[in-house]
Amino acid sequence: MNAIRKAFITLALFACALSAGTASAETLINGAGATFPYPIYSKWFSEYAKVKPGIKFNYQAIGSGGGIKQITAQTVDFGASDKPLSDAELRAAHGELLHIPTVMGAVVVTYNLAGVGKGLKLTPEVLSAIYLGQITRWNDPRLVRDNRGVRLPNAPIVVVHRTDGSGTTAIFTSYLCSVSAAWKGKVGTGTSVNWPVGLGGKGNEGVSGQIKNTANSIGYVELAYAFENRLPYASLKNKSGHFVEPSIASTSAAAAGAAKHMPADYRILLVDQPGKNAYPIAGFTYLLVYKHPKDAAKGKQLVEFLKWELHKGQKMAPALLYAPLPPNVIKMVERTINSIK
Amino acid sequence: MIFLPPRWNIKRGLNGDFVFKGMTVLFAFSILGILLLMTVAMYRQSLPSLAKTGWSFITAKEWDPVEGNFGALPYIHGSLLSSLLSLALATPLSIATALFITEVTNRRLGSMIAALVELLAAIPSVIYGLWGILVMAPWLQRTVEPFLNDHFGSLPFFSGAPYGVSMLAAVLILMIMIVPIITSITKEVLLAVPDSQREAAIALGATRWEMIRMAVLPYGRSGILGAVILGLGRAIGETMAVTMVIGNTPKISWSLLDPGYTMPSVIANEFAEASSDLHAAALMEIGLILLVITLVINIMARLLLWSVTRTAGGKA
Repeated sequence: MNAIRKAFITLALFACALSAGTASAETLINGAGATFPYPIYSKWFSEYAKVKPGIKFNYQAIGSGGGIKQITAQTVDFGASDKPLSDAELRAAHGELLHIPTVMGAVVVTYNLAGVGKGLKLTPEVLSAIYLGQITRWNDPRLVRDNRGVRLPNAPIVVVHRTDGSGTTAIFTSYLCSVSAAWKGKVGTGTSVNWPVGLGGKGNEGVSGQIKNTANSIGYVELAYAFENRLPYASLKNKSGHFVEPSIASTSAAAAGAAKHMPADYRILLVDQPGKNAYPIAGFTYLLVYKHPKDAAKGKQLVEFLKWELHKGQKMAPALLYAPLPPNVIKMVERTINSIK
Repeated sequence: MIFLPPRWNIKRGLNGDFVFKGMTVLFAFSILGILLLMTVAMYRQSLPSLAKTGWSFITAKEWDPVEGNFGALPYIHGSLLSSLLSLALATPLSIATALFITEVTNRRLGSMIAALVELLAAIPSVIYGLWGILVMAPWLQRTVEPFLNDHFGSLPFFSGAPYGVSMLAAVLILMIMIVPIITSITKEVLLAVPDSQREAAIALGATRWEMIRMAVLPYGRSGILGAVILGLGRAIGETMAVTMVIGNTPKISWSLLDPGYTMPSVIANEFAEASSDLHAAALMEIGLILLVITLVINIMARLLLWSVTRTAGGKA
């Protein structure tokens, strides 16, 4: 019997400790969604905790699809997605759902060609033809024409793509859609598509591993991953006719170029945007927030965080290899954040 | 037990056997129940896809999440080809290893090799996968596949460009992964063969090989077949290592040098970011097909075993 009493006391103490923990006036804001911005979001949450100690964020990186489902079902306070929601997805939400762009990423074309460093020049026509299986050899005249002085081998092109469903694939295929009618008609865009040619690698590491191991291969990975692993990357010809290297500045330039025709809900893909320095395969990543949050107190805290992120937070982005929003877009987003009630 | 007051203890005289029997029945049937519930859940989740494509799901070759066209044949082909081929390579290797441990070598060396084989079985599959993509695939691409292509390229099985990641890589990695399982179970089965069997054969003037062939292997036949089926189960369900080396291309090809795709791989790759409800349902239906295929293979193996033991005149 003594043992039972002991167990009860332990239990009671444990219960006290639990209720004390929740009673200390801490606001917990829950979010779920995209994996791509997870490193910068965790940085923001931990930095914000130093500014406002009472606010705690719990973010689960379960993928954009999961984030959209959870915010639609209102099981979280904010969602996160790498792709803008479709009209049908917006209609399914409980009330008006806002897209808040936070940072940007880009997709980089990388390759393994002996004796060729970074800076292979690719036009949209050539890149889409390679992925459609219409250009099959490196010494194709269309490739040689753009790369005078580069020794391109007389060898077949080994095409590599992502095989796991991912926002990177969605951005890359939407770029190919916007520059190639043939791609749009034959393949389309999505997190997974029916690839006409090529090998599939799992994740950025699978694609880059495949490329490193395979001579004369080409593939695409996230900008941050390419930079961290020092992969060679191609310069792409943008809408204004310039060959642009992928970089944090050229990714921000893509959003700056898009600002003139930016829709009020930011549902735009930053592919093939105008601007001399705009890199053509970029994209926003968004937080998804209800205009009228279910929990008004939490909503207020979230708005404060968003304002902090938009000014102080942006400066932390380049160190983590994310492109910050350009000033003209920050102004627009600030108005949107202020509209949250 | 601390939390139970004495009066809750089972009284002397209460039928302990009855309680024990009840518990074992409950647990045994709970396994069946779990299988049933899983099947029902998977069936219900895959209803949108079943309703849209029907039986043509198994015969269609196109997998296009953008257009919403789903056909599972490339995945079924890839799963069956990779697991059956790896089984064909692993079975003789495993049985020979088990025979070496139990019949040929001495106790000390035998138990050492047995321990090493069991160590292989404990390595997580992602480690095999990493080794496969970093070490084996480049080796296949530079050495083995060009050799096969140069000398046997006229055969349809060895045609095509050497990429490294390929059906061949998946078959080899699966073989390495299932050899320890088949070997260690076969070893236990052979150890269970009574020495009187062996002594009888040797007394009749059999050589060691004849003894193994006539007395040891027939006695352990059903156990060895069970080991092979377990190996097949692991091969057909293996996800991580295969995904990393098979190239993930849903095309049907009989060439071992071409990349392929398997059922578990496509589920693992696409489920987390399935673009529509139909896409998720189609992936769930692939899971259902995988379950059915595993069940059919098991039943066929039982039937095979049954017919073998009958024609051989009961338990040899």
